[in-house]
Amino acid sequence: MNIVVCVKQVPDTWAEKKLGSDKTVDRESVDGVMNELDEYAVEEALKIKEAQGGEVTVLSMGPEKAVETIRKALSMGADKAVHVVDPALHGSDALATSYALAQALGTIEHDLVILGVESTDARMSVVPAMLAERLGAAQLTFARKVEVGDGTVKIERLNDAGYEVVEAPTPAIVSVVEKINEPRYPSFKGIMAAKKKPLTTLTIADAGIDAANVGLDGSGTAVDEVTARPPKQAGQIVKDEGDGGTKLAEFLASQKFV
Amino acid sequence: MAEVLVLVEHVDGAPKKVTLELLTLARSLGEPAAVFVGNGAENAKDKLAEYGATKIYVAGDAELDSYLVAPKAEVLAQVVQQSSPAAVLIPSSPEGKEVAGRLAVKLDSGVITDAVGVADGFVATQSIFGGAFNVQSKVSKGTPIITVRPNSTAPEPAPAQPTEEQVSVTLSDAAKKAKVLDRVTEKKGGRPELTEAAIVVSGGRGLGDGKNFDIIEKLADTLGAAVGASRAATDAGWYPHTNQVGQTGKTVSPQLYMAVGISGAIQHRAGMQTSKTIVAINKDPEAPIFELVDFGIVGDLFNVVPQLTEEIEKRKS
Repeated sequence: MNIVVCVKQVPDTWAEKKLGSDKTVDRESVDGVMNELDEYAVEEALKIKEAQGGEVTVLSMGPEKAVETIRKALSMGADKAVHVVDPALHGSDALATSYALAQALGTIEHDLVILGVESTDARMSVVPAMLAERLGAAQLTFARKVEVGDGTVKIERLNDAGYEVVEAPTPAIVSVVEKINEPRYPSFKGIMAAKKKPLTTLTIADAGIDAANVGLDGSGTAVDEVTARPPKQAGQIVKDEGDGGTKLAEFLASQKFV
Repeated sequence: MAEVLVLVEHVDGAPKKVTLELLTLARSLGEPAAVFVGNGAENAKDKLAEYGATKIYVAGDAELDSYLVAPKAEVLAQVVQQSSPAAVLIPSSPEGKEVAGRLAVKLDSGVITDAVGVADGFVATQSIFGGAFNVQSKVSKGTPIITVRPNSTAPEPAPAQPTEEQVSVTLSDAAKKAKVLDRVTEKKGGRPELTEAAIVVSGGRGLGDGKNFDIIEKLADTLGAAVGASRAATDAGWYPHTNQVGQTGKTVSPQLYMAVGISGAIQHRAGMQTSKTIVAINKDPEAPIFELVDFGIVGDLFNVVPQLTEEIEKRKS
């Protein structure tokens, strides 16, 4: 079973995120980390490989700096990596990103592609479905459980009401939610080994990506205006003197909630 | 006026509130036309008409429910091709967003998700980075496809006499790959859905134990509210992950959000910061949640919450 796991470097979850002058996410002034949900994707890929054999390839699209995130996935135990890096990709939206990733996936043999269900910066959670559409592969998304059979994959797809059991033949695009597993920490040995693992860097030309369909100009959406939200007016804070519940009820009544 | 398509989100035909919100929004942008996929269209028609749908496209083939997401995108793509609408509005649920993504690829159109408003010219407003910025953006390529969050528009009836059009779709082989074998409903009380609820009451670390969620549920039930939980509470196994509000959970934007025993780390704030009115109960006066509140009580939640619940009951009777 050959598995590609897609990872994205995002601004540190705990940092204050900003937009740059071109209204794209400022990735320079903050520390980058592996998108938290992608850690679960890497873990799931490694678990499947450990049970079934095969190879895990990390795929990432992003600036030079994203190599830190790729190294982390390798140090967790992935076998090799492909980094698509090209200034032309800067500012790609979901339509452009899914196109670029689909093209890159065309260069890597795979039975399964595993991704985190969303990135913590853009939070769209559409790219896995878009990849399935582009590749004509099965979409098995929002998985809280993945079972790999002989040429098939079965998942439990989490939804608001409970879950759906969904089955598909490989190749399939799987996205995972955070309750699926407990991601491992890279060991010291893993970190040392990662330095020697093969990492291929592809430009858009190498990956067969048409520059007209990526970047700010190749995207399907454009940002007109960004405004910082006005700071919230300080609210009323009351110390409970034994009547806190009553006071809160009075507030709710004054706002017509009760 | 050009049609604005609204994908109907429904439970066995009964349209969810967000569908009515989207029809109301579509009416301000063009001619609202509902697209119904699956079983139960008969149960939906009256509501869709009441909220102003001038046309209802119905794709009721039983086969459509057997596969994941892709069939809905294929139905929409077909309707878009035949009716050339001005835009497609889809509820911003996990499935709605995936339908939107697949449709965008099929039409080579841009897609905007999680809009909290859509204005003339299909300018979408999004609230990003946990509410720190408002972004105005437009689809610059193809038919605008926009997913809109629940609670973005107040649904208003505007009765219409919709015409009905059957849509028959021959699914592609690719759309029939992910087969739904079973749908399992997990325990769910009579409470509203978290992302759709007008009021959300959430509990966090301060509850100390899963069984103490009782007092949160009691308060929620007196208010007709949904119950949420912080990541600390769901990670500890006190409450189901499906109820987690935050960066790695659900994003909610209710009229009233009540944070009980939640300190308000960025992780949590990112999921609730755009709520219209925020109140908090926490024993730590330094808790960052108090920076967000309209009204906060510094005190022991085990005293404050039962008193609050009782007081609300009293006022209701």
